[in-house]
Amino acid sequence: MTKMLTVDTNPVDCYLRVDRIPHIWCAGCGIGPATGCFLRAIDRAELNPDKVAVVSGIGCSGRVAGYIKLDSFHTTHGRALPFATGLKLGNPELNVVVFSGDGDIVAIGGNHLIHSARRNIDMTVICINNFNYGMTGGQMGPTTPLDARSATSPYGNFEYPFNLPYLVAASGATYVARWTVLHLRELERSIAEALTKPGFSFIEVLGPCPTVYGRRNKLPRGMDEMRSYQERSVIRDGADPKDVELSLNGPIVVGKFVDIERPTLWDCYQQMLDRVTKP
Amino acid sequence: MNLWRKPFDIDEKAPRPVKIHIDIDRCKGCGYCAEFCPRGVLKMTGELSYKGYDMVGVVDDGKCLGCGLCEAMCPEFGIYLIYEDKELK
Ligand SMILES: Cc1ncc(C[n+]2csc(CCOP(=O)(O)OP(=O)(O)O)c2C)c(N)n1
Ligand code: SF4
Ligand code: SF4
Ligand code: SF4
Ligand SMILES: [Mg+2]
Repeated sequence: MTKMLTVDTNPVDCYLRVDRIPHIWCAGCGIGPATGCFLRAIDRAELNPDKVAVVSGIGCSGRVAGYIKLDSFHTTHGRALPFATGLKLGNPELNVVVFSGDGDIVAIGGNHLIHSARRNIDMTVICINNFNYGMTGGQMGPTTPLDARSATSPYGNFEYPFNLPYLVAASGATYVARWTVLHLRELERSIAEALTKPGFSFIEVLGPCPTVYGRRNKLPRGMDEMRSYQERSVIRDGADPKDVELSLNGPIVVGKFVDIERPTLWDCYQQMLDRVTKP
Repeated sequence: MNLWRKPFDIDEKAPRPVKIHIDIDRCKGCGYCAEFCPRGVLKMTGELSYKGYDMVGVVDDGKCLGCGLCEAMCPEFGIYLIYEDKELK
């Protein structure tokens, strides 16, 4: 047999707009590894990439849509979920994925988040939680841990943050998980599972933001934050989401917390349609 | 009694010979690959790349397991494995 003559490339390059790479993310930023896990999960879940659409909002995490060579849309700030809702209802065959940041999905887009979960719209949301608004210089937001320093909490944050898995589980999500970007294999498997599961799936991905968050919180390099994940993470599948609150230096509970069945918005719509159109 | 036999799937499961490729245009020297490689195959060299980032180098690719952790972990899609035994299907 002959040896392959093709030029070797990174296996995920086929899903990347390689002309835009190197990307703009800082050295050690957690968005890159999370993106890689998502791209490998498409193959793991054996999806047809032509039927996968990625929607992002604004932020460093929101730039994912621009680097992925799939049908993708970069919406306005906070509006990835409403756009994805329209996309899914207009073309139910699509596998719709929202890939965006904590600020985008939970702060300005928080209302859309709870209502998308409540309506159980069939989509997968991958939320990069770096505890702040990275792109605009590191302001605090609704996911910033108590006492964490940021551009707008220079003496420490005194606002209670959201516990995201608890929030989305209470709102009605049928699949809820949390991983850090250090849990590469688990994250990839979890995304693959969420992609094939009907209903609203939410995966919180903790990732370092050394440039504007880490540097203010004694984690100046991405590596420092990765090591802190390594020391603090505890895998607890099936943990009650109300017990998985995050803090500045406490344990990080990761795992799959919710995996239940519930009719999706589309199912309920079809049922109603059947009922009212029956002769 | 013989308690040890050769696993039946040893040929399938044995590490395949690999070469590690580091893309110098993409690497930003975060050091994740070197830190988390289970076999110490990679190391930060202490030198700067032409872009001014810390450079990572391969110390000994003979020790590589081909586990792909470095490839999966790299934030820059900048390091990957090339299988030496790859043949045209
Ligand atoms: C309507 C509107 N308000 C504010 C902004 C400014 N802005 C841009 S990105 C961003 C926050 C992004 O935070 P996050 O989603 O956490 O992304 P990260 O950069 O941390 O990945 C803000 C407030 C904007 N672009 N549009
Ligand atoms: S500012 Fe933070 S989130 Fe944005 S690219 Fe840099 S490290 Fe990543
Ligand atoms: S494939 Fe695994 S063993 Fe080989 S260099 Fe990468 S991390 Fe190390
Ligand atoms: S993980 Fe990637 S970017 Fe970081 S040092 Fe290794 S090759 Fe370079
Ligand atoms: Mg953020």
